[in-house]
Amino acid sequence: MTMRRSRTSLIAGIIGWVSAIAMFFPIFWMVVTSFKSEIDAVVPSILFKPTLQGYVEVNSRADYVSFALNSVVESIGSTLLALAIGLPAAYACAFYPGKRTKDLLLWMLSTKMMPAVGVLVPIYLLFRDAGLLDTRLGIVFLFTLSNLPIVIWMLYSFFKDVPTPILEAGRMDGARFWTQMRYILIPISMPGIASTALLSIILCWNEAFWSLNLTASRAGPLSAFIASFSSPEGLFWAKLSAASTLAVAPILVMGWVTQRQLVRGLTFGAVK
Amino acid sequence: MATLSLRNVTKSFGALEIIKGIDLEIEDHEFCVFVGPSGCGKSTLLRMIAGLEDITSGDLLIAGQKVNDLPPDERGLAMVFQSYALYPHMTVRDNMGFALKLAKVPQAERDVRVERVADLLELRPYLERKPGALSGGQRQRVAIGRAIIREPSIFLFDEPLSNLDAALRVQTRIELARLHERLGSTMIYVTHDQVEAMTLANKIVVLRDGRIEQVGTPMELYHHPVNRFVGSFIGSPKMNFIKGRVHSVSDAGVEVLLPGGGTVTVPVSAPAIAAGDDIDLGVRPEHLDVDDAGPLAGTVIVVERLGNETFLHVEISPDLILIAGADGACPLQVHDRVRLSVLAAACHVFAGDGAALPALARHPLATNPI
Amino acid sequence: MATRSRDMRTGPLLAPAVGLLLFWMIVPLALTLWFSFQRYNLQNPLVTGFAGITNYKLLLSNARLWVSILNTLVLVGSVLVITVISGVFFAVIFDQDFWGRNVARLLVTAPFFIMPTVSALIWKNLLMHPVNGFFSYVSRWLGLPVVDWFVQVPMFSIIMIVSWQWVPFATLILVTAMQSLDREQLEAARMDGAKGFSMFWNITLPHLQRSISVVVMIECIFLLSVFAEILVTTSGGPGLATTNLSYFIYMRALLQWDVGGASAAGVIAIVLANIVAAFLIRTFAKNLERE
Repeated sequence: MTMRRSRTSLIAGIIGWVSAIAMFFPIFWMVVTSFKSEIDAVVPSILFKPTLQGYVEVNSRADYVSFALNSVVESIGSTLLALAIGLPAAYACAFYPGKRTKDLLLWMLSTKMMPAVGVLVPIYLLFRDAGLLDTRLGIVFLFTLSNLPIVIWMLYSFFKDVPTPILEAGRMDGARFWTQMRYILIPISMPGIASTALLSIILCWNEAFWSLNLTASRAGPLSAFIASFSSPEGLFWAKLSAASTLAVAPILVMGWVTQRQLVRGLTFGAVK
Repeated sequence: MATLSLRNVTKSFGALEIIKGIDLEIEDHEFCVFVGPSGCGKSTLLRMIAGLEDITSGDLLIAGQKVNDLPPDERGLAMVFQSYALYPHMTVRDNMGFALKLAKVPQAERDVRVERVADLLELRPYLERKPGALSGGQRQRVAIGRAIIREPSIFLFDEPLSNLDAALRVQTRIELARLHERLGSTMIYVTHDQVEAMTLANKIVVLRDGRIEQVGTPMELYHHPVNRFVGSFIGSPKMNFIKGRVHSVSDAGVEVLLPGGGTVTVPVSAPAIAAGDDIDLGVRPEHLDVDDAGPLAGTVIVVERLGNETFLHVEISPDLILIAGADGACPLQVHDRVRLSVLAAACHVFAGDGAALPALARHPLATNPI
Repeated sequence: MATRSRDMRTGPLLAPAVGLLLFWMIVPLALTLWFSFQRYNLQNPLVTGFAGITNYKLLLSNARLWVSILNTLVLVGSVLVITVISGVFFAVIFDQDFWGRNVARLLVTAPFFIMPTVSALIWKNLLMHPVNGFFSYVSRWLGLPVVDWFVQVPMFSIIMIVSWQWVPFATLILVTAMQSLDREQLEAARMDGAKGFSMFWNITLPHLQRSISVVVMIECIFLLSVFAEILVTTSGGPGLATTNLSYFIYMRALLQWDVGGASAAGVIAIVLANIVAAFLIRTFAKNLERE
């Protein structure tokens, strides 16, 4: 029995690790290339003299910094906004459910199903007329709206895990909505709220439809910056890799840290 | 003065009426227990008093003031929840002091009050712990402490003992009785366990399907149930019911024909009943005795020996099994044939609609009906 | 007894969320519908007015639309098959206890967190480049013919990139779902003589079924609107080989400035997505009811 089990785990281990390395290879290769000089970069070899040249050049490009700043401002800004709007709504749905609550939640979900490309034209024209094209405000607004259903669902699913009597005890003790939020609900569900925020940041950071179509140099986030390498710029592989590594690293870490809770958000609470 | 009055109080969820018109007075210092089977509305009623559920119609008065629309914390109540509902992220000290903090009581006074309550409940060593690091019994005490500290005029308990193991439950029950004695506050307590109701209450309210079946002292309910439901709900083991027929009615009571041919004359008044009517005869196990001259004959099918007493399950006929209380030393075995006698003075007669016929004499422990 | 009161006014708490989403849903949708019946080209501002169903007629008789719809279906279908099979496979593998399992799992799930433009460009340049790419290097080293991926097998290349991004998603969810499999149920099945494949087929797969359907539907929603990967690699080409519906609409709208035609195509995209969404919503409604 133990023999059999250890053999199974050996086989699983080999398959698991081979697949892991294969899946991770493109990322590994990107990181390796980012430390090459442009001349070494076009030779697929791991024997090279490591250099930070790519990183230095990327950082010295003035627009990189502004793109990176846009990514930070836009993803954090829209996440905070989505939380501010989503927390009260999720609280109401989780603790004061009525006959309509279920329909309301499903409707919110359904707004997420609308393909962005289907409304590209009117949004583009509305943005143009409102002067929101290539502005951080416009992108924050769009990111907030497109993540709001996910944020509400995820918070709802975490709030459902908080026993109602705890909030009722709070009401008996004299805690109204804001007090309940501040002293009871937010502290108790902090891990859930944090992973909701992280998922929202990840989704905003990686967003590549609105940011490619509605921004240029002023409000463009990193995904738009990277996209600019698809043209002749793409010849500079070391720089591309360095920029990509910088763009991807923080999100990769966040994603790894919150993996388990993310499943909940990504499946709208259907898989826990 | 912490009296509480319910005046024709109802509660509906949509078209579904959960509480169907409750009238009740609870006096100062009283320990009032709501008891009933699950789904009877007892918890909902308690939560309405607490202010956690709104009242669909009728009035709720505390100390003569209508409080229907007051939020929970302004009603002068404190509640102990079934699941304790402690704040998991706060220490015991902060749990107990939370209401005071929200009421803006200064830190120093808060500490004094928390420590006084902690001493009362022997929680002093645990003040800096979080609820997760406490045993079930300790959490229970913290929940009680959190209620006490607010010095409420009325305490509400929602099945507070149901999450404790059997030994701890008995112990906590006794502590609660002593606490009531010491604090002298009004307490309202919900349980489905009639033993808790009997041991703790001055006043028991038996509920069924959102209506009050009977209100009374424990002994009143035990000795003078107003109907079959209360008779069967109060008392353990349960009251036996024997289908019988009225043989005759006289000033001495109602003479009931038993299965097997004997009769028993129960001292109840029976203005609306006549010979030939079908009734249920209610007999508690302790009022059935093994007696070779008794009118009921049957076979012992189960013997439950508790040491100090023995319960015999006796099959009189295939559809009538009676439980009789006997002495702890009762030597009877399964399959033995026995005869049972009935203590007529302690029997109850329930008419066809389930209502009890009033006894001619009150039991000495239940002389003053509430 | 778990009934809860509605004595709190929840309106003010819900209003901002509901209001915004309502606006978000209705306004662009109404405008898309409106434009789809208009003659409206930003490059030709003189031609305006009601177009009736002309936009739709032109569009539906346009072979490029049908090609792009077909491409969309091929892309979505292939990626779904690849991700679900790999996801189930990884779920089973990572359910075994082996050395460094958690690290290996992190590595497998990593691609999901890479932004689409980065993954597309990394694949296009560092891996799939016909001269200097890692793949061509390996091919030469093995003495195999070098493949010019985006020219010879453009759709296959896109499918590979998108699958690489979404296999981690399926893995993440199915590994989690696997953990909720009742261990006692496995032991009972083992007592009944199930092992290896029969265990997988009779116990594991049925357990994963619900999660698989969730994966399929959520991926559908996202895959129907794959855009950045195509934009930065093939720009829909060569020819129309990798033009999906999203890219088709993008070309109409922001390259040809044909608002009417793009809107009509947008309506078609919305209808397509809603067919999937209807199934998805039903599944989630059932989940809500189970709570």
